[in-house]
Amino acid sequence: MNKIFETPLYAYSRSPDQESEVAVRHKIVIVGAGPIGLAAAIDLAQNDIPVVVLDDNDKVSSGSRAICFAKRPLEILDRLGCGDAMVDKGVEWDLGKVFFKEREIYQFNFLAETGSKRPAFINLQQYYFEEYLVARVRELQAEGKAIEIRGGNKVSAIGVHDDHVVLEIDTSEGPYNIETDWLIACDGANSTTRQMMGMDFGGRVFEDHFLVADVIMEADFPTERWFWFDPPFNRGQSALLHKQPDNVWRIDFQLGWDIDREEELKPENIDKHLRAMLGAEVEYELEWSSIYTFQCRRMEQFHKGRVIFAGDAAHQVSPFGARGANSGIQDTDNLIWKLKLVLEGSAPESLLDSYDYERIHGADENIVNSTRSTDFITPNSEMSRVLRDAVLDLAEEHDFARPLVNSGRLSVPCTYDDSPLNTADGLDGPEISRPGSTCPDAPFGDGFLLNELGDKFVLLTIDADAPELVEEDGIAVTRLEISAKDDTSGAIRRRYLGNEPTAVYLIRPDQHVAARRPNYNENLMRAAIRRATGKE
Amino acid sequence: MSDLILTTNIDHADDFYAALLGAHEGLSKADSDALNARLVLILANHIGDNDILSKAIDAAKSSG
Ligand SMILES: Cc1cc2nc3c(=O)[nH]c(=O)nc-3n(C[C@H](O)[C@H](O)[C@H](O)COP(=O)(O)OP(=O)(O)OC[C@H]3O[C@@H](n4cnc5c(N)ncnc54)[C@H](O)[C@@H]3O)c2cc1C
Repeated sequence: MNKIFETPLYAYSRSPDQESEVAVRHKIVIVGAGPIGLAAAIDLAQNDIPVVVLDDNDKVSSGSRAICFAKRPLEILDRLGCGDAMVDKGVEWDLGKVFFKEREIYQFNFLAETGSKRPAFINLQQYYFEEYLVARVRELQAEGKAIEIRGGNKVSAIGVHDDHVVLEIDTSEGPYNIETDWLIACDGANSTTRQMMGMDFGGRVFEDHFLVADVIMEADFPTERWFWFDPPFNRGQSALLHKQPDNVWRIDFQLGWDIDREEELKPENIDKHLRAMLGAEVEYELEWSSIYTFQCRRMEQFHKGRVIFAGDAAHQVSPFGARGANSGIQDTDNLIWKLKLVLEGSAPESLLDSYDYERIHGADENIVNSTRSTDFITPNSEMSRVLRDAVLDLAEEHDFARPLVNSGRLSVPCTYDDSPLNTADGLDGPEISRPGSTCPDAPFGDGFLLNELGDKFVLLTIDADAPELVEEDGIAVTRLEISAKDDTSGAIRRRYLGNEPTAVYLIRPDQHVAARRPNYNENLMRAAIRRATGKE
Repeated sequence: MSDLILTTNIDHADDFYAALLGAHEGLSKADSDALNARLVLILANHIGDNDILSKAIDAAKSSG
C-alpha cells in the first residue's frame, strides 16, 4: 500500500546556497520539519518573515505517533490555516470507558462546553497532521511567501556566535554552510542541536515498555477511548484502544520492563497480543508498530542567545495524556509573535525570557500530569499497586473514587499565571479569562470570537468606550468592539463579564489575556502594553 | 478552618477497634492490604479537606 508516510513530500533538491563561495546569511532557520518546526515556519511566513526549514529526512512522521489533538492546538491551527483540514478528517469523540480485570467499571464523558468552534478532541494520525502542514507551506509559497523546506539536509555541526549561528549541513551531494541570525531547534527528543550545544535534558525515565500497534480493521467498536487495567488478555498490565480515521485503530499494550525488544516486535508476537485481545478470528492489517519507554524530561532553559528550542527538543512527556505535539504547538504560538517584535526592533531581546518562563511553566504542568498518569498506570511499588487497585475497585460502585482513576489527563490549555507579561487583574470577572489564560472561544456574529482576534494585539471592549487604535512605542493595538446585546448565546457574558456590566481586555497575538479592567484607562493600558512586550 | 483531631474522638473506641479487626479476620495478607487501602480512600473522601489530609499523612509518618 502506498502510505502517505512512505511518499517523499520534500525531496532533496540543490539550493543556490550550495553554490555560494561564502556562507549565505538567513534571518531565521528552523532545524526539523516535524509538526513543531512546520508550525513555527508557517507562523513566520504568515507574518512575512522569511524562513528556511532543514530536515534530514524527506517524509512526514513514520506511523501515527501522535493521534489525539486537543481544542487549543486546533484553535492555533485555525490561525495557521490548517484547522478545517484537521477537523474535517479527524474523528471526534467524547466518551471514555474504563475496564478493570474482566469488568467495565465506569464511563466518563469529556463533554465540552458548547459555544466554541472546535471540539474538545479529535483523533488524527500525525502523518495527516504533518501532510496538512506541508500543504499549507505549499499554499504560502504559491502566494509568494519566503518559506522553504530543504529535505535531505542534515545539520551536522553548529557554531554559536553572539549575533548569529553558523550551520554545517550534510547532503547527498556533500556538505555546505549557511549562517542565520536566529536558529529555532525543533529537531525532536534526540535533538542534535541540544547535544551539540552540550545543553542538559534532565528528568525521569520510567522502567516500562509499551507496544503501540496501529491496526487497520473493520470493527464495530464505537468511537470511544477504552482503557483496561489488568485485563485478562494482558494480565498485570494495561491496554488502550482508540479510533483513528480510515478504520485505523491505535492499540497499546503495556509489556513491563523485562522484555526482549527484538522478540516482542516480531509480527507473530504482536499478532499473539492482538488475537488475545480481539479474538482469534479477527482480520486486520498492521499499519505500524513500535515499542517505547516513557520519559519525562525538559531543558533547564529553552533559549540561549540566538538559539531557541521548541517541541520535543525542549521537553518530552510520556504519551498518556497526549501532551507532546499539543504542547509543542503552544510553544511556537508563544514564541513567534515575540520573535517577530524582536526582529522588528519593537521589543527588547529580553522579551524572549518570557518564552522560557511561560513555556517552562507549560512543560512542568505537562510533566507533572504525565508523571502522575504513568505512576497510576504502571505502579512502581507493591503498595502503589494496592492503592491503585483499591481506587479501581471503589470506582465501580462509588462516584468519589472516579476522579482518582488516572489513565491520562488529556491536554488542556496552559494558563500563564504570574507571567512577567501579565498586568494584575483589574476586573472582578470570570476565572477562565483571568490574565495569563487563553481567550475562551464564543459565538460571535456569524462565526466565532477567536477567528476575529487573529494574531495581532487586540483591545477587546465589551460595552466600553475606547479608541479604535492605540499605539505605544511601536506596538499597534486595534479595538474589537462587542456589545452584550448581540451576545445571543450568553457565552461572552459568561466567559468575559461574569457579574460585571462592562470590560476591556488587552489580548496578545497568541490570544492570551495580558490585562483586563472594567473600562478603558489610557495610562494603565499603555503600561499594560509595555508590560506585555517586555518593556516594564 | 478545622484542625486534625489527635485527641480522643471515638465514643466507644473498643467497639470500633474490634470492628476493624473483625473486618480483617480470615483475610489473606493481600486481601487485608486491599481492604485497608479501600478504607483509607473512603475515609479520606469523607474528610475531604486537603489540609487535614496532609496533616494526617504527616502525623502517620512521624509516629512510625
Ligand atoms: C507512540 C506515541 C504516541 C504519541 N501520542 C501523542 C498524542 O496523542 N498527542 C500528542 O500531542 N503527542 C503525542 N505524541 C508525541 C508527538 O509525536 C511528539 O510530541 C511530536 O512529534 C513532536 O514534534 P517535534 O516537531 O517537536 O519533533 P519530531 O516530530 O520528532 O520532529 C523532529 C524532526 O527533526 C528532524 N531532525 C532531527 N535531527 C535533525 C538534524 N540534525 N538535521 C535536520 N533535521 C533533523 C527529524 O527528521 C524530524 O523530522 C506521541 C508520541 C509517540 C511516540
